[in-house]
Amino acid sequence: MGDDSGCTDEFVCSGFNACGGATAGNLGVDPLTVAATSITTLSVYLVPLIALLLSFDAIAGEIERGTLALNLAYPLSRAQILIGKFLAHFLVLAFAVAVGLMLSAALVIVQNGLVGLSFLPLVRLFFTSLALGATFLGIGYAVSASVRQPGVASGVVIIIWLVLVVLYDLSLLGVLVADDGGGFTTTFFPYFLVANPADAFRLLNMPDVAVDALTSGVNAASPVAGTWGLLVSLLGWPFFALLAAWLVFRKVEP
Amino acid sequence: MMTTLKILNSRKSYGALEVVSDVSFEVAAGERVALLGHNGAGKTTLIRMILGLTPLTSGMIKVMDHAPGSRVARCSIGYLPESVAFQGALSGREQLRHFARLKSLPIQKADDLLERVGLAHAADRKIRTYSKGMRQRVGLAQAILGKPKLALLDEPTSGLDPISRHEFYDIVQELSDGGTAVLLSSHALTELASRTDRIAIMSKGKLVANADLTTLRRQAAMPINVRITTTSKESDRVAGEMGGTRKNGQVVELTCLQNEKMATLARLTALGSIISDVEISPPSLEELYRKISSSELEMK
Repeated sequence: MGDDSGCTDEFVCSGFNACGGATAGNLGVDPLTVAATSITTLSVYLVPLIALLLSFDAIAGEIERGTLALNLAYPLSRAQILIGKFLAHFLVLAFAVAVGLMLSAALVIVQNGLVGLSFLPLVRLFFTSLALGATFLGIGYAVSASVRQPGVASGVVIIIWLVLVVLYDLSLLGVLVADDGGGFTTTFFPYFLVANPADAFRLLNMPDVAVDALTSGVNAASPVAGTWGLLVSLLGWPFFALLAAWLVFRKVEP
Repeated sequence: MMTTLKILNSRKSYGALEVVSDVSFEVAAGERVALLGHNGAGKTTLIRMILGLTPLTSGMIKVMDHAPGSRVARCSIGYLPESVAFQGALSGREQLRHFARLKSLPIQKADDLLERVGLAHAADRKIRTYSKGMRQRVGLAQAILGKPKLALLDEPTSGLDPISRHEFYDIVQELSDGGTAVLLSSHALTELASRTDRIAIMSKGKLVANADLTTLRRQAAMPINVRITTTSKESDRVAGEMGGTRKNGQVVELTCLQNEKMATLARLTALGSIISDVEISPPSLEELYRKISSSELEMK
């Protein structure tokens, strides 16, 4: 499964990169930054999806096959099992994202040469992708442990993906329009935006121009929407999700 | 003798449904105990309680004087689940080495055990290509890895052919000779009779019997079948004297209880040369099991 997801990731990333490169040539902006922006738009959907697809079977599948009972009969704690699974899946994800990004970088270098390239957006994209992926791995484990059946788990994670990555933004947008610059927009909206790791990921990887454009109408001065708020959200979520997964897994009778 | 496994008044209920009710028994080091019962009698639940996978509703279980699921308990237990499954992508050797590492044992032990359970020739093939019997052997090998203090074997001989079953019980014998307490559940009653020291029978969550086979026979008060072959034409007389029924010209059959057996034999011997042969068949474990589990005889 990991390999398949990796291939998809690379393929799409390089495709977007080609477009990015073309646009960059016209606008005269650092082509890698443009590529990173394109990839960000895509990664915000794909990375959580890959992470959830990797993780939904982790505990439910072992319960169904009966291998969990045997593993737990060994001197092996549940936290150790969870950490082991997480490290393995995290490496798969890291490998897939790294290959995708390196292919993009290679294409940009071939098209534009090394002059004037800044690799910072790409490096930032890599590490924030991992944080985003780790969050959704944790969510996947929590679901996997609580529903016990792999089939149900796969359905639930797709719904969670849809809600957190697609519907969340749509509803925020809907409320913003309805609120028309009222109390919600200035007081609660930045918190809602930052609280969702997918949005935090997007905002962190958008070039400054785009962030300004997005937040100017909202509340540019709001401290939560700043880099630190976003970082806290993006880095806090993996721990929170894994902790939740462990708490659910602790109660599971295999 | 040291008590390896202690179970005291243990209960497990899911809501109103009591799956295991007030079960108490012990297994000493080196003892082989067979756990019998219908499907759904609570055997597997009890084994999972001993493993610490299922918390007790009330009562107490101690493995080597430690709580189930504690590190000491888990290090002392070898467990073979009912339908054992492994990572199909690993070879038998890789899987066993993995288990050896989990138990902090030298890798060499895994290779030795593959040899012992007769899988050396297939050790480097993927487990997904194994037959059911071969997977069961991997299961047995991991259960006896590192000579555990307590071996919990749930339906260990299911899917094994008669020769493999024989080899399996040889391995169990070796284990118990080495001081391992063995608790095994099975449906194959005939093979258990001669291969275990004690029999515990569960019915509807209760422990209805817990004794060796002879004691069980006495407690169940099931008649022993005696088949007497007489010299010809004397069968009517023998049937009259002994109170049995004549089956044909030469054979008389009668039944007696365990405590009357020796007296009956003495009377038979007194008849002298008109008896040419006597065959005594005690009730089989299967008959005993049927009677005990259906009558839910309470025994202490």
